Amino acid sequence: MNFKIKPYALSTIAASVLLAPTAYAATEVQFWHAFTGRLGELVAEQVDTFNSSQTDYEIVAANKGNYSETLNAGIAAFRAKEQPHILMVFEVGTATMMGAKGAIKPVYEVMADAGAEFDAGAYIGSVKGYYTTTEGDMLSLPFNSSTPVLWVNKDALKEAGVDPDVDMSTWQQVGEVLDKVKAAGSDCPLTTAWQSWIHLENLSAYHDTPFATKDNGFAGLDTELAFNSELQVQHIQTMGDWAKEGKFMYAGRRNEGGANFRAGECALFTESSAGYAGISSEAEFEFEVRPLPYWEGAKGAPQNTIIGGASLWVMEGHEDEEYKGVAAFLNFLSTADIQSKWHQNTGYLPITLAAGKKTRLDGFYDENPGTDIAVIQMTAKEPTANSKGLRLGSFDQIRGIIDEELEAVWSGDKTAQVALDSAVERGNQLLRRFERANQ
Amino acid sequence: MEKRVTFKGWLLPLLLVFPQLLISAVFFFYPAGQAIWQSLFIPDPFGLSSQFVGLGNFEYLFGDRYYRASFFTTALFSILVTLVSLIPALLLAVIADRLIKGATTYRTLLIWPYAVAPAIAGVLWLFMFNTRVGVVSWYLGQLGYDWNHVLNDNEAMGLVVVASAWGRISYNFLFFYAALQAVPKSVVEAAAIDGARFWRRFFSIVLPLISPTTFFLLVVNIVYAFFETFGVIHTITSGGPQQATTILVYKVFSDGFVGQDLGSSAAQSVVLLVVVGLMTVIQFKYLEKRVHY
Repeated sequence: MNFKIKPYALSTIAASVLLAPTAYAATEVQFWHAFTGRLGELVAEQVDTFNSSQTDYEIVAANKGNYSETLNAGIAAFRAKEQPHILMVFEVGTATMMGAKGAIKPVYEVMADAGAEFDAGAYIGSVKGYYTTTEGDMLSLPFNSSTPVLWVNKDALKEAGVDPDVDMSTWQQVGEVLDKVKAAGSDCPLTTAWQSWIHLENLSAYHDTPFATKDNGFAGLDTELAFNSELQVQHIQTMGDWAKEGKFMYAGRRNEGGANFRAGECALFTESSAGYAGISSEAEFEFEVRPLPYWEGAKGAPQNTIIGGASLWVMEGHEDEEYKGVAAFLNFLSTADIQSKWHQNTGYLPITLAAGKKTRLDGFYDENPGTDIAVIQMTAKEPTANSKGLRLGSFDQIRGIIDEELEAVWSGDKTAQVALDSAVERGNQLLRRFERANQ
Repeated sequence: MEKRVTFKGWLLPLLLVFPQLLISAVFFFYPAGQAIWQSLFIPDPFGLSSQFVGLGNFEYLFGDRYYRASFFTTALFSILVTLVSLIPALLLAVIADRLIKGATTYRTLLIWPYAVAPAIAGVLWLFMFNTRVGVVSWYLGQLGYDWNHVLNDNEAMGLVVVASAWGRISYNFLFFYAALQAVPKSVVEAAAIDGARFWRRFFSIVLPLISPTTFFLLVVNIVYAFFETFGVIHTITSGGPQQATTILVYKVFSDGFVGQDLGSSAAQSVVLLVVVGLMTVIQFKYLEKRVHY
């Protein structure tokens, strides 16, 4: 892979020497993304590097708000026939984008039409699986992918008289630790971000249990939710009991709990591996990344966890020449250099095997122990039909329903069984509507 | 006999009302018509295809227990916002009206919050009541009260009501203050000479005399609570916990722009249109009779 870098570097020099001040008639490619702050800067840096590496294409990146807002902006723009070339869509919008035949141009097709080099085998299976058809064609390019892990505040454990290196591979072991931390007077032994993603979607995949029928929606629009089986009910009920006993503190639907953890108030925190950037810069205590716990005795556990994050979709309705620019940019993003840098800076997973290897060879994992936990967790086992990912229509709304029902469990209004049954029933109605809209 | 002034011809009157008609047509009738039309379909988000479902969207909505609950939530929310924004405003106006020195300063200070946009007001209140860093929730914690609007329905409702009503108090204050200034001094003085005390004068004379303003504010505030509190709810609770603060207009947004379910969203706007129409009719038919101009 490395030999590819040299031409870029050479042309960068050539470009800066010869053409720097003149804005040549480069073909413009619009790229709408959902990143602000540190991540926004990193994206801008990637775009600048690409733009200065060649003169044929100019990527124009624009932030369009958060994930939902970016998707909406893309949809509204498409309706007004002013869509960007590349649109960042979060993983729950995948089914919506797939259903939009005529609005999107699959990545494998973009690459083939542009005559660009493209090897789908270079991408990590459990990452690309989310964005690939059952026939193995890649529809969108994975951009930022993360997976949930367990963050540990070692100082808080020490304070509670718990060995900070105690084994917490299973939820049973976590339960014992929580008992001790609570007994020592902690207000927040455990908190979480993204409850549906971590405690239902990933829980199901990690235990090789279906979240929805029809291979979690991969095999057809007539899928039905199935996350009210014994495993999930038992897990949510346990969490509900912990909430009642003050061992699990619920902070909000998104990653509100992160503030509590980073401030050192919570001992344990289930959050995305991409929480790394924030935690490493803010935490004034010794922290550690552990694999997401699983239930001892559950058949097939631990399987692999699934991803969250976003991928890049190419929109229909542009010139061939512009698609060549898109192909060149997407290939550039997949290079080992760009990917390993992204992975090391953000805690997001590398999307190619080569980038993972490069990071290891660079010695990053040795210097930052625990940063490879997420990669291992994702890639240790070949994904099954239950752990390839989720492909459900209206999934953003279904997550909203799940959030509501889980809140009812945390506040003690409902038992886990009642809440999950209700979430399944309400979610199924939305799936049926999505099926009708996309017939 | 009522005197009527009549004008000849129809061209000039038509020309004079034309701009207003045009604005209504472009900004009201056209979008409303579109919403009604769209409510009969289940379209895909990109506008590539759509399925005609007749009244299917409405059946789906009214079959949903959470949607029906949203009516109750909306009613409760609107009544609370209206009361919480009207009563303190009236009280402040009465006090400011009696001020002799520094009335302008007080008046200006009281009007300030109106300049704050709902979304920003929402964030301000969220900061004060944030379960972790909020000043108010910290003091409540010191008093032994565990504030958690993230999980507690009533606290969440209380917070969005206060945050929504806060800025409106200024607006209402302004109108009440102007109305109080317009109450003839002679009437009030006559009552005073007859021995009526302040509160007696207020309830028997001042309140009936400012009733047109009160009625106007009632209508305007209910409309505000229905449609413009969206920013506050979005920033503070996003409609949660469970659906405790999901008012009708917030659901239109979340189904349409988060869920991409444009058919259901359009049907909800039609329902909302009917509800507001009915309410306005009721208000004018029954309440207005009690108003003395």
